[in-house]
Amino acid sequence: MRTLIFRTTAPYLASLMVLFSIFVLLRGHNEPGGGFIGGLIAASAFAIYGIACGVPSVRRALYFHPMAISGFGLLLSASSGILSLFQQVPFLTGIWTTVDVLGVPVDLSTVMAFDIGVYLVVVGSITSIALTLEEREDV
Amino acid sequence: MAVPGSETLDLSRAMVLAAPSLADWLVVAPVVIPIIVGAVLLMFRHETKIQAGVAIVGLAAMLISNVLLLSRILDAGPVVMTMGRWLPPFGISFTADVLGASLALTATLVALICALYSISDIGTLGRRYGFYPFLMLMMAGVSGSFLTGDIFNLYVWFEVFLISSFGLLILGSEHRQLDGATKYAILNLIGTTLFLTATALLYGVFGTLNMADIAVKAGNVREGAPLITLAVFFLLAFGMKAAAFPVNFWLPASYHTPRIVTAALFGAILTKIGVYALLRVVVMLFPLERAILSGVIAWVAAATMILGVLGALAQTDIRRALGFLVISSVGNILVGLALGSGEGLAGSIFYTFHSMIVTAALYLLAGTMKGLGGSYSLRSLSGLYAAHPMIAAFALLLMLASAGLPPASGLWPKILLVQASLDAGQGWLAFAVLLSGFLTTVALGRVFILTIWRQHEGEALVEKTSPMFGYVTLGVLAVAVIFMGLYPQPVIDIAENAARGLLDGSLYIDAVFPGGQRP
Repeated sequence: MRTLIFRTTAPYLASLMVLFSIFVLLRGHNEPGGGFIGGLIAASAFAIYGIACGVPSVRRALYFHPMAISGFGLLLSASSGILSLFQQVPFLTGIWTTVDVLGVPVDLSTVMAFDIGVYLVVVGSITSIALTLEEREDV
Repeated sequence: MAVPGSETLDLSRAMVLAAPSLADWLVVAPVVIPIIVGAVLLMFRHETKIQAGVAIVGLAAMLISNVLLLSRILDAGPVVMTMGRWLPPFGISFTADVLGASLALTATLVALICALYSISDIGTLGRRYGFYPFLMLMMAGVSGSFLTGDIFNLYVWFEVFLISSFGLLILGSEHRQLDGATKYAILNLIGTTLFLTATALLYGVFGTLNMADIAVKAGNVREGAPLITLAVFFLLAFGMKAAAFPVNFWLPASYHTPRIVTAALFGAILTKIGVYALLRVVVMLFPLERAILSGVIAWVAAATMILGVLGALAQTDIRRALGFLVISSVGNILVGLALGSGEGLAGSIFYTFHSMIVTAALYLLAGTMKGLGGSYSLRSLSGLYAAHPMIAAFALLLMLASAGLPPASGLWPKILLVQASLDAGQGWLAFAVLLSGFLTTVALGRVFILTIWRQHEGEALVEKTSPMFGYVTLGVLAVAVIFMGLYPQPVIDIAENAARGLLDGSLYIDAVFPGGQRP
């Protein structure tokens, strides 16, 4: 799959897809979307990049090992549930707070942290599988 | 985000508004701790030196939280926490009663011992492949299965520990392991598919998946709903997971392939989750249907224990023989399910505690014997008594425990089961329990004579690995076995308490719906 056209467009396509996956992730709170589907989109971006430019360059671009990303996501999701311990509400209850960023009120919540965790778990595990399969093909 | 006018809604009908006490957090701690530790281990997968230590600290923390949880339940009844404050049937409740908490405690104890043994059994390669993260995530699934109060959530935890167990099973990617793992994976997936189908049907009938909610509603819908079909579905699905005859063939096909410590974990813990699910769902949710099916269950129990131990008699590989003994022990546990009386269930529950500890110990014994004698085969392994009398002592104790002879732990649950069978007028079932005990003595006696008493011929035994970890872990398990054998009353009390909780679900139900909030 090392055609010139594909190799030239793949980086742009991949970066657009990652951007879109983050949009889908954040949109997911009230509308269709969310961590799982966002994660799948991001993982397919890395898979496309891997097919076009080779697996080593994806691993370099990601910097962290995909499984480590997955582990961090799991940790983030679990920790977002623990926060309710300090608010005296049951595990995994959504806790909201509003932060003022340059005069714009931004709603932050444990629900969002949980969803970002799901996103990272999916990105990590699916990318890991995809890269392993692509590596086999290179041999 | 907010529904217009939502401020005027009466939230108290839909949400838990009371703040949970700090002690209620104990019910989620045995699940959250292994998830967090597993996630951290996954992030630092290549730091192979710290993995074992972190995992052992995590398991010890789990053990402490399980002990605190069980002591609180014994004091104050079942502990409930409903996730995200939404009341059932929308929110998912974790509901720990004596049965779930005591089994979670035993499973964590076994996992901690196995983790200690794994320091010597799992090399750098196994650690890089992620033995410890998989172990922690499997334990999260195991604890979740024991503590959840929601039947779909039970399915999710089944998946969590199954997927982690696939990872543990193929650690090292040998051809033999992949072969065993394929059978294990496919047959277990069929079992979980049946479970999922039954759950979907259950939801169609009841409109709820909360076990306490179902237990309340079962009486009202019994006339018109296919409850007996549901009970048979669950019996088959969980029977497959528990390796009950005739759906037990996946176990001997796969349990001898992984590392010995993995086999110990699987044999001790995973089949018992199937047994727990049977007790929880069939006894607590469908008591009348269980009574109708009791004849079938009794035959399944007898066939499982006798055919299991006959299989063990025919093997020449210690690990394969142990796999068949695991099946036989499941048959013994099913006797209580067939009888359905308080005494029979108490016998089953005690047998489950005993079987978890003894099965793990037997596998670790086999691993230690392999370390000393260099083989798992009854043909070549010999002369251990002359070279290592210590291992002979452990082997004798575990043989007595497994066969149900004093002074070890197997005696009391067998007495309870035999007595309950006789009380129910099922003399043949009592005979089957005794026969399986006798055949277990023969099967393990054969292993004992061949490996330990037989003179070793050829060159002298060379110690392959240090037996230190084996002796330490076997010592801890032996203390538990002897304690349960010589001073069984506290364990019998817990088992009877758990059986009462299953037969009379009112404590469980009131804990989920306090103050008559039942929907």
